[in-house]
Amino acid sequence: MLVLWSDVVVWLLVLSLVGFGWQLKRDALARERWRLVAQSHTALASSVILLWFVLIALADSIHWRTDDPYRPVVSVLDVALGKMATGQEKSYSAPFAIESLWKETRQTEDGSVIRAPVALKYAGTHLNDASEQATDIVQQSIFWLVVGAGLAAILVMLLARLRLFKDTDIPWRTAALTLVSLSALSAWLWGMGQSYHVLGTGKVGQDVLYETLKGVRTGMLIGGLTTLLTLPFAISLGIAAGYFKGWVDDAVQYTYTTLNAVPGVLLIASAMLLAQLYLAQHAELFASEQERADVRLLLVCLVLGLTGWTGLARILRAESLKLREMEYVKAAKAFGVSDGKIIGRHLLPNVGHLVLIAVVLDFSGLVLAEAVLSYVGIGVDPTMPSWGNMINLARQELNREPVVWWNLFGAFAGMFTLVLSANLLADRIQQVFNPRATRS
Amino acid sequence: MPTSLLAVEKLSVQLTDERKLVDDVSFSMQKGEVFALVGESGSGKSLTALALMRLLPGNMKLSGRVSLAESDLLSLSEAQMRQVRGGRIGMIFQEPMTALNPLMRVGDQIAEVLQLQTALRGSAQRQRVIELMEEVGIPDASERYNWYPHQLSGGQKQRIMIAMALAGEPELLIADEPTTALDVTIQAQVLELLLSLQQKRGLTILFITHDMGLVAQLAHRVGVMYKGKLIEVLAIEQFFKSAHHPYTRRLIANALPVTEFRSPVAHSETVLSTEALTVSFAGRRKGWLLRKQPDTIAVNGIDLHVNKGETLALVGESGCGKTTLAQALLKLVPAKGRISFLNHALIGMSEREMRPLRKHLQVVFQDPYGAFNPRMTVGKLIREGMDSLNVGEPSNRDARVAELLSLVGLEPAHAGRYPHEFSGGQRQRIGIARALAVEPSLIICDEPTSALDVTVRGQILTLLDELQQRMGVSYLFITHDLSIVPRIAHRVAVMQAGNIVETGTTEEVLTSPKEAYTQRLLASAPHRYLQQRLA
Amino acid sequence: MTTYIIRRLLWLLPILLMVNLLTFTLFFVVNSPDDMARAQLGNKHVTDAAIAAWKAARGYDLPLLWNSEASGWSMLSQTIFWQKSVQLMLFDFGVSDAGRAIGADLAQRAWPSLWLALPSFVLGLLVNIALALLLVMFRGQWLDKLGLVITVIIMSISGLFFIIGGQYVMAKLWHWFPISGYEPDGDLWRFLLLPIVLGVIAGVGAGVRWYRSILLEEADKDFARTARAKGMSQWQVMRKHVLPNGMLPILTGVVAVLPLLFMGSLIMESFFGIPGLGSYTIDAINSQDFAIVRAMVYLGAVLYVFGLILTDIAYAWADPRVRLGDD
Repeated sequence: MLVLWSDVVVWLLVLSLVGFGWQLKRDALARERWRLVAQSHTALASSVILLWFVLIALADSIHWRTDDPYRPVVSVLDVALGKMATGQEKSYSAPFAIESLWKETRQTEDGSVIRAPVALKYAGTHLNDASEQATDIVQQSIFWLVVGAGLAAILVMLLARLRLFKDTDIPWRTAALTLVSLSALSAWLWGMGQSYHVLGTGKVGQDVLYETLKGVRTGMLIGGLTTLLTLPFAISLGIAAGYFKGWVDDAVQYTYTTLNAVPGVLLIASAMLLAQLYLAQHAELFASEQERADVRLLLVCLVLGLTGWTGLARILRAESLKLREMEYVKAAKAFGVSDGKIIGRHLLPNVGHLVLIAVVLDFSGLVLAEAVLSYVGIGVDPTMPSWGNMINLARQELNREPVVWWNLFGAFAGMFTLVLSANLLADRIQQVFNPRATRS
Repeated sequence: MPTSLLAVEKLSVQLTDERKLVDDVSFSMQKGEVFALVGESGSGKSLTALALMRLLPGNMKLSGRVSLAESDLLSLSEAQMRQVRGGRIGMIFQEPMTALNPLMRVGDQIAEVLQLQTALRGSAQRQRVIELMEEVGIPDASERYNWYPHQLSGGQKQRIMIAMALAGEPELLIADEPTTALDVTIQAQVLELLLSLQQKRGLTILFITHDMGLVAQLAHRVGVMYKGKLIEVLAIEQFFKSAHHPYTRRLIANALPVTEFRSPVAHSETVLSTEALTVSFAGRRKGWLLRKQPDTIAVNGIDLHVNKGETLALVGESGCGKTTLAQALLKLVPAKGRISFLNHALIGMSEREMRPLRKHLQVVFQDPYGAFNPRMTVGKLIREGMDSLNVGEPSNRDARVAELLSLVGLEPAHAGRYPHEFSGGQRQRIGIARALAVEPSLIICDEPTSALDVTVRGQILTLLDELQQRMGVSYLFITHDLSIVPRIAHRVAVMQAGNIVETGTTEEVLTSPKEAYTQRLLASAPHRYLQQRLA
Repeated sequence: MTTYIIRRLLWLLPILLMVNLLTFTLFFVVNSPDDMARAQLGNKHVTDAAIAAWKAARGYDLPLLWNSEASGWSMLSQTIFWQKSVQLMLFDFGVSDAGRAIGADLAQRAWPSLWLALPSFVLGLLVNIALALLLVMFRGQWLDKLGLVITVIIMSISGLFFIIGGQYVMAKLWHWFPISGYEPDGDLWRFLLLPIVLGVIAGVGAGVRWYRSILLEEADKDFARTARAKGMSQWQVMRKHVLPNGMLPILTGVVAVLPLLFMGSLIMESFFGIPGLGSYTIDAINSQDFAIVRAMVYLGAVLYVFGLILTDIAYAWADPRVRLGDD
C-alpha cells in the first residue's frame, strides 16, 4: 500500500462532499432547493455522469507498490482496466487497428526484406485471421453493450425494490436511462479494450483510452482541490471585509487588487518556475517519479488556489455589505449577539448559495485551465497522465502523415463530457439558488 | 345615457398553470369620470390595468373583451396596439424613482411620446414638451428639459411621469398607485395636480389605489377587487355609506379615522429619556487636500421621554431622521448627548456594560421580509435573544417560545417553520414575539405596519395595544402615517429634518396643532377627505 | 473629477509598489540568484566559477538590499533591489538573462500583439452583444433556449480545441489561410484573420451569456415597462432604453481590460507564430528567463492599474448620476 498525498486529498474531498450532503439532510430549506435542482432532466443526468467521473477518480486514488520495474506503482483503476493498462505497444496505432501505424523494415521468413506495418502485441491477438476482425468487433460490441445495459438495469431494479424512487417529482426515468447508457458504454469500452486499442495508441505505444481515463483523476483534482483551497480565503476575507468595513475592508481590497494586478498566467508561471527549481534541486526527497509528479500536481492546485480566491471574495464582500444592513442582523445586535455569532449564524448561511455557485463554475473553469497551463509548460508534470499533456502532444501529431487524431479526440471527449456536465449542473443550481444572478 | 368610453367584459388573466389572477372582471367607464379600483395587495388590481394595456408578463394569458370607444383592444394587432399605448391610453406607474430611464434627459423622455404618437417634430416638439412640463407644475421647464431623473425630487419625477402620460392626449389615463411611494405632503400636491388636470381637460381616469382617503378625495365611482374578482361597483356616495359586501365594509371600517383619543398615562416613572441627542454622519473628504466636508446631522439635539406603559408616537416624513434616532437608542449607530434608560446612561457605555440592558430594550422592524434570517426556523429566531441574553432557564425556553407564539395569535406548532411560509401580517406577529421573548420594558416599533394591508394593519395595532395593557410595556412607535396615531399613541412627537418640532398628547397635536409643519402634515393626510365623505 | 482621478492614482500607486516588492521577494529572496544560475546552466557538472561568471554578467552578484562594501549613495544603489526593482519601477526594464534589451523588445513586440488582440476584442464584443440582444429579444422562446444550449456547449470546449481544430481544418485541409506566420509589411490580414475568427468563436459562449444576463436585468426594470406604455415596440425599447443602460456595466468592464490587450494572447500568438508579447512571455517562461518574466509582471500590473483608472473615467463620463453628482 502506498499513500500518495493527492490520494489523501481525493478522499478528503469526497468525504467533505458526503459531509455536505449529510448537512443538507438536516436543513429543510436547502433540501427543498436541491429537490428543485434534481427536478431538471439535464441536471440529474449531468449529476449521474459526474458521479461516474468521481468513481473513476476514486478507483485511481488507491495505490500500492509492485515488483514490476516498469510499473512500480499501480492503482485499483490500473488493475481493473486489465490489458488496457498493461498492453504497451511500441508506438502509434490507429483505433481498433491490429497493425502499427508505422512501417517497419524487417526480414521475412523467405529472406526478402520488406517494409510493412507490424502486428500489434496486444490487439486482435485472439483472431486467427485479419479478415475476421470486422465480424469480431460487431459480435463483441453487441455482447458488451448488452452486458453493460443489463447490469445497470438490474441495479436500477434493485434500487427500485428499495423504494428509493418514491419522490415522483424527480425524473428518475432520465437518471435510470443515463445510468444504463453510461454503463453500456463503459462495458463496451472495457470489453473492447481487452482485445483492441479502442482509441489507438500514442507515441510510446500507450493505450489512449487508458490515458484518457487516467486523466480524469488529474482533472477532477485540479478542479476540486483548487476550488476547495480558495474557499477559506474567499469566505473569511470576503465576509470580514463586508461585515467589518473600515480598515479590514481596505486591507482585503488592497490585497486582492494587488493579486489581480499581476497577470494571472505570469503569477502562476513565476510560482511554478520557482517550485520547479525547488523540486529539481531536491529530487532526493521523492522515491519515485510518480511521487514527484504528485507533489507537483498539489503545488499547481495550491498556486491556482492562492490566486483564484479574489473573484469569490469580491462577490462575498458585496453581499456581506448588503446583509449587514439587513434588519435581522440589526435585531441580532439588539439582542447583544457577538460579531462572530452574527457572521456564523446570519451571514454565512445566507451567502452559501453564492459559494456553491462559485464552486461549481470554478470547477469547470479550472479543468479547462489545466490544459492551457500544461501547454505553457507550467502545469502538471509532463509524465503525469493529463488531458492538458495529451493536447500538448497532439499538436505535433496533427502535422504527421498519416494524421494522428486520437490523442486529441480522447482528451477532447473526456474534458468536454466532464466540463459540460459540470456547466449544466451549475446552470440549474444557479437558476434555483439565485435566479436573478448575473454570471461572470 | 352617456355612452361608455371603456367597457371591460369578463376580463381574465391566467398563469400558464391555469391559476386565475384576475377572474371575470367586468366594468365600464363613462367619459370624464374617475373610476377607483381598490383592493389590497395581490387582489389583481394592478394586473387588470396592465391587461388593459396588453403589457402583461410573458407567462400570463389574457382573455375577455376590452372596448375603448369603438375599438376592441384585445383583437388589435401589436402594431395597432402601439398606437393605443401612449396615444389613447396613458399610464402612470407607482415608483417614479425607477420608472424613468436614468440615462436619458427627462425632456427627451417626454418627447419620445410625441415622436411616436403625434406629428410634432423639431423645435415644435420641444416647445410642446416644455408646455407639458409647465402644465404639470415643473418650474423653469425649459431649463429642466435637459435634467436627468436623479436631479429631480420624487414628486417632480412623478410630475414628469404625468406629463409623459398626457403627452399623447389620451382618452383614458390609468394611474396605478401614483402617490404611494411619496411623502404625505408631496402626495397631496401630486393629487391636487391630477384633480385639476382632470377638471381642466375632462380626463377619464382609472385610479388604482389601496388608500380609502384617496378614493374619498377623487373618485366618482369605486370598484372593489378581492382575490382577483371585482366584487362590487358603487357610486362614491353609496360606497362609503351603504356598501353591501362584508369585505367592502371591513375595508372601510379599517380605514376609518379614530376620533376618540387616549388620555395620557398618569404619573408613571420614566423608562427612557434623551437630552440633546445628536447623531451625525461624518462628511466625506473631498478635494486636493481631502478637506473634510461638514458632517450630515441626521438627529439634531433631541429631547424626548417615554413613560412606563405608555406609547409615544414619533411622526415624520421619510428622511427626517426618525429611523436613525431609533438606531441611536439601540446603540446601533454612535450618538452624542444623553440617553437615560432605566436610570442608566447609555452613551459612553461599552457593549459589555450594555448587554444586561439589552433585554429591556427591543425593536420591531418595518419590513416583514428583511427582519428575519430566512435560514432559521421561527422557533430559533424567537429563542435567539433568550439564548444570547440568557433570559429564563434553557430548558424552559422552548416552552416559552410556544407560549409567546400563542400570545401573538399564532400556533405553537409554527415554531418549526421558516419565515417565508408566513404572510406579512403573521411575520409581523413573529417579530413582536421575538421582541417580547426577552421581556423588555420598551419596544421601539419602527414603522411596523406600513408594509401591511389595512385590514392586517388593524389587527397588528390591536395586538400591540392588548400586549401593552397586559404587560405594561412601553412603545416608541415610529410612523409616517398620521391616521394610525390615535389608535395607538398616548402622546405624539412630530419630527422634521432632525428636530422635534412639536410634542404633546395625541389629542392636542392632532386636533389643535401649533406648529405650521404639523398643520401642513395634517392638512395633507388623505383620511381628512374620508371624514368629510362620512360626515 | 480631476481631483478624484488624482486621488485614485494615489490609492493605486502603492499597488505597483506591492507588486514590485512581491516579485523581488519571489525572484531574489525565496529563490537565490544561484538557483537561477543553476537552472540556466544545468544542474549537474556546473562549477562555482561558471555560476559566479553567469551572475556577474547579469548583475546578480550584488548584495540584495544593502551594499556594505560600497560607500555613500552606492551603498543603496549598488544592490540588486536598486538595480533591478527600483529601476523597473521607473520603467527601465533592463537586459534579459539572454542579453537582449527588454525595453526595445517590448516596444517592438507590442504592435503585433495589439494588431491581433484589438480586432479580436472589438469584433468579439460586437458579435457577443448582438447575439445577446437577439436572445433577450426572444427571451423564453425557442431561439433563446437554443442559444443557451449552444453557448453552454461552446463554453465547455477548451479554447485549445478551437485553435487546434480551426488551424487544422481551415488552414491545413482547406488552405483558406496560411497556417502560421506574420508579415508586418505584407498581407497582415491574411495571417491575422484566422486567429481573430477563432478567438471570437472561442469567446462567444461565455460572452453571450454574460451580456444576456446584463441586458435581461435591464429589460426587467420599470423604465422598460414605461417605454412600452408609451407605445414603443420591443425592438425600440431594446435599442433606446435597455441597450444604453446595459452598456454601462459592459462598457466599464471593457475599458478595464482594454490596456491589457497590449499584453497579447499567450496561446493565439504561440500557435500562429505571431511575434507579439504573448509569445514573448511563453518563450521567457520556457527558457526560464526571469528578467523578462519580472518585466512582464510589472508591465501587466501597470496596465491593470491604468485600466482601473480608465474604468473610473469611463463610468463618470457615461453615467449622468456620477457625472452630475455632487462629487
